[in-house]
Amino acid sequence: MTQQPSLITPDVLIIGAGPAGLTAAAELASRHGGRILAVDREPAAGGIPRHSDHTGYGLRDLHRVMSGPAYARHLVRRATAAGAEIRTHTMVTGWSDDHTVDVTGPEGRYRIRPQAIVLATGARERPRTARRVPGDRPHGVYTTGQLQNLVHLHHRPVGKRAVIVGGELVSWSAAVTLREAGCTPALMISRYPKAESYGVFNLAGRAVLRVPVATRSRVTRIIGKGRCQAVEIEHLDTGRRRTVACDTVVFTGDWIPDHELARTAGIALDPGTLGPLTDTALRTSRPGVYAAGNMLHPVDTADVAALDGRHVAHQVISYLQGMREHAEGVRLLADAPFRWVAPQILRPQDPAPPRGRLLLWSDQFVRFPKVAVRQDGRVIARRSLSWPAAPGRVFRVPSSVLEGVSPSGGPVHIGLERV
Amino acid sequence: MTATPHRPAGGVFDVAVIGGGIVGAAIARELSGCDVSVALLEARDDVGDGTSKANTAILHTGFDAKPGTLESRLVARGYHLLSAYAKATGIPVEHTGAVLVAWNGEELRALPGLKEKAEANGYEHCRIVDADEVYRILPDLADGALGGLTVPDESIICTWTTNLALATDAQQRGTTVLLQHAVTGIDEGPESTTLRTSSGDVRARWVVNAAGLGADHIDRLFGHDRFTVTPRRGELFVFDKLARPMVDKIVLPVPTSRGKGVLISPTIYGNVMLGPTAEDLTDRTDTSTSEDGFDFLLRKGEGLMPRLLAEEVTASYAGLRAAIDHPDYLIEATPQQRYLLVGGIRSTGLTAGIAIAEHVRTLLEEAGLNLRSRGDLPEPPRMPNIGEAAQRPYQDADLIARDPAYGTIVCFCERVTEGEIRDACHAPLPARDLEGLRRRTRAMNGRCQGFFCGAAVTALREEHHDHDGRDSRQHKDNR
Repeated sequence: MTQQPSLITPDVLIIGAGPAGLTAAAELASRHGGRILAVDREPAAGGIPRHSDHTGYGLRDLHRVMSGPAYARHLVRRATAAGAEIRTHTMVTGWSDDHTVDVTGPEGRYRIRPQAIVLATGARERPRTARRVPGDRPHGVYTTGQLQNLVHLHHRPVGKRAVIVGGELVSWSAAVTLREAGCTPALMISRYPKAESYGVFNLAGRAVLRVPVATRSRVTRIIGKGRCQAVEIEHLDTGRRRTVACDTVVFTGDWIPDHELARTAGIALDPGTLGPLTDTALRTSRPGVYAAGNMLHPVDTADVAALDGRHVAHQVISYLQGMREHAEGVRLLADAPFRWVAPQILRPQDPAPPRGRLLLWSDQFVRFPKVAVRQDGRVIARRSLSWPAAPGRVFRVPSSVLEGVSPSGGPVHIGLERV
Repeated sequence: MTATPHRPAGGVFDVAVIGGGIVGAAIARELSGCDVSVALLEARDDVGDGTSKANTAILHTGFDAKPGTLESRLVARGYHLLSAYAKATGIPVEHTGAVLVAWNGEELRALPGLKEKAEANGYEHCRIVDADEVYRILPDLADGALGGLTVPDESIICTWTTNLALATDAQQRGTTVLLQHAVTGIDEGPESTTLRTSSGDVRARWVVNAAGLGADHIDRLFGHDRFTVTPRRGELFVFDKLARPMVDKIVLPVPTSRGKGVLISPTIYGNVMLGPTAEDLTDRTDTSTSEDGFDFLLRKGEGLMPRLLAEEVTASYAGLRAAIDHPDYLIEATPQQRYLLVGGIRSTGLTAGIAIAEHVRTLLEEAGLNLRSRGDLPEPPRMPNIGEAAQRPYQDADLIARDPAYGTIVCFCERVTEGEIRDACHAPLPARDLEGLRRRTRAMNGRCQGFFCGAAVTALREEHHDHDGRDSRQHKDNR
C-alpha cells in the first residue's frame, strides 16, 4: 500500500536558492532562528550566477565584486553558516493545500507545510519558440541560460560563429561566454535604435568584444537542417531582409518569471511583470506567501535580487511574530514607455520597497527622464533623474516620489513628463 | 526445438516492411505474430521520425470519415483496437471528447448531416447542442458560437509512445528493426526481392511498402505509376501547460472540402495545441515553420479563443501528411511481385494503424503468403508513461524509494527524471539522440526549451550512450 507522503514543517520555506532565496535564508536564519529551509531543483544552490562565469557580482549587497560562481558559493556558505538548511535536487511540483507543497527529491516524495513561504523562483529567457520565430529547427539554437550551462558547467563545445538576439546586459554576457568557448559573436540583433544595457558596457562591449550590432532589426527565420546555417533578419524601418550566416543562435533576454507555482496557487499576478502582484513588503495575495527576486522584476541584477531577499526576510519575521497587514493598498501602474513597475501596491504603514526604489522597465531610450507620478488626474510628483531610462535594463526610481500619494485615492500612474 | 521464426532463412526474410512509422510498425508487429521472419526498414535514425511524430495526436472515432470507404472501416476498427492496445501497453490516452463548433448559419445547418454521417459510420453518440451548452463545455471559447455537435469518444493519445510500443512489440516478437536503411533500389528475383539500401542490401520474399511520404517513390521502383504523394504541411503551436484548464475538450471546426481545418486540442502532455495549417508543398523534407503559417494560426486562434493567445508558446512545429491523389487509403497487393502497397494513409493512420495491419495480413494471405499464428508470443511491452493524466515517476513515492533516480528531476518544466532518461537510453529501441530522447521522455520539450536542463540532458544522454553504442547494431548478423 502506498503510504501517506511524509510531512515536514519548517518555520519558513524558501522556494528557489538563487541570490534572493539564499539571502533571505541567511537573514532569516541569523535573525529569526527557527527552522529555515531553502529548496532548489538544481543540483547545486546559487541560481543563475553559478554559470555566469564573469565578474561584476556582489556590488550592491556585499560591497565587493566577484565572479558569478564565487558569488553563488559565497551566498550558499553564508546561508548555511547562519543555520539555514538547503536541499538541492529538490523540486516543489505543486500545492496540496493553500500552505502545503508537494516535493520530489532523491530522498523521496514528501510534503512541506511551513508557517510562511517565500517564492524566489527567478526568471528565464523566452526561448525561440515563445518568441514565435519560424523556420527550420536545427541544432545550435540556445538561450543564454542553456549556453552558459553548456559552456561553464558542462564544458561543451558550441559552434564557430554566432548571432546574438537581443541587446540586454545578458546579451553581452552571452558574447563573453561565446568568446570563451571559441565561438565568434558575429552579430547582435536589437529591435531598438541602439543596443540596450549600460552605456559603459556598450562602449566596452564594442571595444573589447567587437560585436557589431544590427539595430532596429528582428530575426524572421532560422535556416538550416541538422545544424544551424543562417538566420534571416529584417530591418524594422525599411523592411529589407538579409541572411546572416551562423552555426549558433543565442536568444537572450526577454525574461519571463518562473511563475508556475504562483499561478497554480491562484496568487494574483501583475499583467506587466507576469510575476506575483506584491506590495512594498513583498507580500503576495495569499497571506503568509511572499515573493522576492527576479520573479518580481524580470530581470534585474543578482545583487538587487539578493537585497529583495534581505528585505523580504524582515517582513517574514514580522509575519511570524503575528503582524498582519490591515490597510487597503493603492495600486501602482506603469504608463508608457514603461512596461511594468514593481512592486505594485502601496499600503499606508508599510515599509519602503527594497532599497527604497521602484523598479520599472522602459521600452524606449530616454536620456534625461523626468518622471511624473499622477493620481486621480493630478500630478503629485515630478522628478528629473540623472540616469537614462533604457530598454534592456531596469530603470530605478526613488520611492520617495510616492510621498504625496493619497491612501484613499485611485490608482497611481508612473510615467514620464511629456516634453 | 524448432527454429525461431524470425531468423531469416539463408539471409532472406519472409517479409520486409518499408517504413518505421506507425503503420509500418503495426504491420511488422502483426506479421511477427505469425510464423514468418520480418524485417522493418526505416530510412532515418529512429522509428517514428517522419509523419508519425508530428501530427495532431487524436484518437479518432472515425465519425466524420466518408461512409463506405476503407478508411472509414479501418479507423472505426482501429479506434477500438488501439484503445485496447493502449490499455495493455500503457500508451497514454485521455478520453476528452470533442465538440464541433458552428460559427455561422451554414455550419449550423451542416450539423444534422454530420450526425447522420457519424451514424452511417456506426458511431451513435454524437449529439447536437445549442450555444449555451457549447459555452458550458468551453467557457473560454470566443463569442459567436451558434451551436455544436459533441463527439464524446474522440480522444487524445501519445503518438510517440504508440509508434514505439508497436515497434518494440514487433522487435520482441522477432522483427529485425533496421534503422538508417533508406531504400534506394529494388531488384526483383524469382524467389526473393533485393532491397538496395543506404546501409547495404536486404533480401526478402515479400515486400510491404508503408513508406509514407516516400511510398510513391518505392511504388515506382516496383514499376508502378498509380499515385503521387503530395507533402501537405501542417504547422502547429503548442501553448504552455498553464493554458490547459481553458481547453478540456478537442475543439473542432465544421469540416469543409479543404480538410479538417484548424482545431484547438488539449495534448496528452498537458499543453494546448492550435493547428494545423494545410499547405501543399513539393519538398518532402520541408518541415520548417513559416511566417504565413504562424500568422494564419494566430488569426484563427484569435477567432476561436482569444484568451489562449495571451499564453506563452512552448513549441511550434510542422509535420508533413502524405496526401495522395486518391480519395481513400490505397492498399493493394500485387501477388506476382510478392508486393503490397500501403499508401495514402493520412492523419487517421495513427488511429487506424493496427486495423490496417490486420487488413494487410488478410491481403497477404489472399495473395499467397502463408501466415500461421504463433502461440508463443511475448506479452506486449509496458511503455513508460509520459502522459499527464496518469501517475508519472516523479509522483511515485514507492518507485522513488526503490530507485532514487526517479526522484531526481532533470527537466523541470516537464518533470522528467534521471531514471527515465537512463531507461530511455537502454530501452529495447533506445534513444540514440536528443530528439529520440524527447519523444521517449518529454525531456527538453517544456516551456524553457532547455534553458535549465538542455546541458544536463545532453550530458546524461552521452553518459548512457557509451554503454549502447550507436554503431553496435544488433542486426549486423542479418545483413
